[in-house]
Amino acid sequence: MSNRLINWFKYASPQSFYPLAGRMIPWFWGLAAIAFAVGLYIGFFVAPTDFQQGEGYRIIFIHVPASWMSMFIYCVMAFWAGLGLALNTRLSSMMAQALAPTGALMAFLSLWTGAFWGKPMWGTWWVWDARLTSELILFFLYLGFIALTSAIDEPRRADKAGAILALVGVFNVPIIYFSVQWWNTLHQGASVSLTRAPSMAMTMLLGMLVMAFAFWMYSIAVALMRVRAIILEREAHTDWVKQLPEVQGAR
Amino acid sequence: MQWESPAAFFAMGGYALYVWGSFGMAAVAMIVEPLLVGRRRRDILRRLRRERLAEELDEKP
Repeated sequence: MSNRLINWFKYASPQSFYPLAGRMIPWFWGLAAIAFAVGLYIGFFVAPTDFQQGEGYRIIFIHVPASWMSMFIYCVMAFWAGLGLALNTRLSSMMAQALAPTGALMAFLSLWTGAFWGKPMWGTWWVWDARLTSELILFFLYLGFIALTSAIDEPRRADKAGAILALVGVFNVPIIYFSVQWWNTLHQGASVSLTRAPSMAMTMLLGMLVMAFAFWMYSIAVALMRVRAIILEREAHTDWVKQLPEVQGAR
Repeated sequence: MQWESPAAFFAMGGYALYVWGSFGMAAVAMIVEPLLVGRRRRDILRRLRRERLAEELDEKP
């Protein structure tokens, strides 16, 4: 038990996490590539045409995974930022900053694909509907977090200010999730829930889940890449960074 | 297989703009983001190497 705890804390330091992340990245890229290949194949060649929406529904294979990731990454980001605030651990704040741009990208993709789905099905690119508006707020929360943390020069102060913003913004995630139940929205209700059978064909659901897994692996891979760059930037003055082979080696 | 021809596949039953507009943007975003992160890494590594070189030059008499 105590051994396990020590191991955890060992990887909580940037110095030991940096090489570990480097070893993990290719695995997550590999899994992402496989899952994208399988998911796109199912999405385009196995899943049947929808009886109401024709081929237009295939946007679901990006829209739903991107929307799930935008909400999930926000929670993970707020968790790491909060941990950094509570325990004063450097690495957790760096993790939060590494996740923010990827989360913003997912929120953007959710809004973009939503517009491209709304136009043919609802007849409009955008409505100020509860689901759409709360997702837009999520996007702005990400942008606000990025702007705030990069506007403050002193990293530890930037971490703290960002953490407070991230934690306050968490209230928005359940609002997005439950918006379709709480308000009368144009956006349809959840197609997948844990409590009842999914309201879609099995192969559609499978394609969506495989794509969600692919988005997940992509997000981890790219966030680990970014956290390694952030570690180098913020630990630039330390001896261990100066001793790294990629810094020592020939250019 | 449900597509009669490659043309039918690209036409997406009349939803080509919407389907490819969505998948296209996702593809662009998910290719550009890792490239930007890669550039960020190269930038910081270049800076670190330059600083190391400067330190070495300082140490020499």
